[in-house]
Amino acid sequence: MSAMEAGKVTLAMGAGGKQTSELIERVFARRFASPLLTADDAAVLESPRGKMAMSTDGFIVSPSFFAGGNIGKLSICGTVNDLACMGARPLYLTCGFVIEEGYPLDKLEQIADAMAATAAEVGVTLVAGDTKVAGRGQVDGVFITTTGVGEVVEGASPEGSKAAPGDAIIVTGDVGRHGCTILLERDDFGIEADVTSDCAPLWASVEAMLEVTRDVHVIRDATRGGVGTVLYEIAGQSDVGVELDAASIPVDPAVGGVCRMLGLEPLYLACEGRLVVIAPQEHASALVEALRSCPYSGGAAIIGRVTSDRPGWVVLNTEVGTQTLLPQPTGELLPRIC
Amino acid sequence: MSGQERQTAAQILAAYDGPPLRIMEVCGTHTHEIFRLGIRKLLPSQVELISGPGCPVCVTPVGFIDEAIWLAEHGVTITTFGDLVRVPGTSGSLASARAAGARVQVVYSPLDAVAYAREHEGEQVAFLSVGFETTVPAACLAAEQAVAEGLSNFSLLTANKTMPNAYAALRDSADVFLYPGHVHAIIGTQLCEDLARQGVSGVLAGFTAKELVTALAVAVRKAGEGEPFFVNAYPRVVRPEGTPVAVALINKLMEPCDTEWRGLGVIPQSGLRLRDEYAAVDARRVHGMPHIEGRANPACRCGEVLRGACKPSDCPLFGRGCTPQHPVGACMVSGEGSCSAYYQYGGDLL
Repeated sequence: MSAMEAGKVTLAMGAGGKQTSELIERVFARRFASPLLTADDAAVLESPRGKMAMSTDGFIVSPSFFAGGNIGKLSICGTVNDLACMGARPLYLTCGFVIEEGYPLDKLEQIADAMAATAAEVGVTLVAGDTKVAGRGQVDGVFITTTGVGEVVEGASPEGSKAAPGDAIIVTGDVGRHGCTILLERDDFGIEADVTSDCAPLWASVEAMLEVTRDVHVIRDATRGGVGTVLYEIAGQSDVGVELDAASIPVDPAVGGVCRMLGLEPLYLACEGRLVVIAPQEHASALVEALRSCPYSGGAAIIGRVTSDRPGWVVLNTEVGTQTLLPQPTGELLPRIC
Repeated sequence: MSGQERQTAAQILAAYDGPPLRIMEVCGTHTHEIFRLGIRKLLPSQVELISGPGCPVCVTPVGFIDEAIWLAEHGVTITTFGDLVRVPGTSGSLASARAAGARVQVVYSPLDAVAYAREHEGEQVAFLSVGFETTVPAACLAAEQAVAEGLSNFSLLTANKTMPNAYAALRDSADVFLYPGHVHAIIGTQLCEDLARQGVSGVLAGFTAKELVTALAVAVRKAGEGEPFFVNAYPRVVRPEGTPVAVALINKLMEPCDTEWRGLGVIPQSGLRLRDEYAAVDARRVHGMPHIEGRANPACRCGEVLRGACKPSDCPLFGRGCTPQHPVGACMVSGEGSCSAYYQYGGDLL
């Protein structure tokens, strides 16, 4: 019985010979098929018309399958969202796999399915890929790196240093779901709760905002470290203060419950399908309305404003009507969140 | 309230115009929530909130960390709640012992420590049992489980504390105590009633914003009336009789002993140790531990912070040598510690 029939990835499948071709054929080629993906050494592509954005990201999430997605979907969303945050329509992606010897082929196929479906939904084309197999124990399951190229929408130039006093702060949905999902999947705490990752591609949401106005000052995806970390980064980059209204920050009740039990702050749990948007106040409600019409930002809300007070700090208006500091980020609570 | 205009708890606090009033929140979780919610800002200037010694990590003396490190260096696997790992001992912490090769395992329940011992027959496993009446029952349950299973590789290193004699030692530090809701959910309210008869006033408080602000409003209004008082402002959880089954379990395995509190010194009969019948799960006796005396960093003022004698920012180390990322004193390590809460929620900035 061949390894392919046994349903496991072998070292030989990464050695560049016939078995490599079989692996690529069975798992990747048919799912990622496009005129741009050829058997040649590099993809040859049309240049974008305007400015080009480019980004790369590695994905090592553990576990690689979780409620609401898997590492494949995450690897497309992560890079698509990074491009979207620069106002860029995602055009092309490449993906590199490092797979552990013995990894089940059917799981690899599920990962590839999720990648193909997510890419198709966004309208981005997978144009090149690489597959390596590492010995048992040298890598945990499967690691994926994706690199993306996008075309910046004319007139859009969101940057972390552009937040200005008076701007509104918007999140595109409830915060902390991905981090909470992974935390529960690891089962270190013996807590069960119905929480699904927010992992989603957000280009459509960004495109809808840019149709309202190109004058969006900052767009950031709140991945590792969550919304709180992103806001501290922006406060530092733009040298402004951030003031949040605790009561307007959307938090799923189950996520809130888990956080209260474990003493965690939802603003510091990772998201994989949420953006922090900073834009002039006069556009804020139109932007929220546009976001709410998109599939992955139906829960968009204005959560605060940019101020000139206390540059570099994030201040919370609490539920009892006082102000406190949002504690500063201390780094990701969990390793291998994405 | 007949004859009086209806007021919100926040309005009652803001309107207080009586003499200076010192209110001590005894519980570390109260300290954390009070800072997180900015509740101090609701109080008029003559009402002072003092953070008491109710964070288990904070009141655990340096010598206990030294004892745990001694065990770890003698090949014993230490199982512990995570926040003790970074608490500095006389020289080094469990984190530095782990970096040097000791086995230190973070668990989320004492029963997880028993499970670890069951799965690692070849290792001696000790669980660091700190905390008050709230956490002692779980540690007792774990020890009983280990005994019932005949595990010969599990023991407790105890530094548990109980509140009754601590209140007596603290009685002059405050005018009103905000009693810790969950301690009294275990031991009931008789003690608070007795203290009121002895002239010590207190309000039993819950943990939500509403419960805390309400408890404080009750405290200032009752204090204005002039008589010693006790009010249970957390009746949805605390029953007068407490939780007798948990108290019985504690009494079955443990007996009172003198114990050292960081910042307060030795308070007679305010600790718990395992009874002789349970010597087989007492890490000190099982491993023949010598007497170990700890020495705290002399510049650290955690002791005074814990007595309410100084603010965290009065300490020369606060925010300079001592931050939540690099804590020197125990009050900066635990999220419930007053220095940590003060630092993180901008006690000085706002």
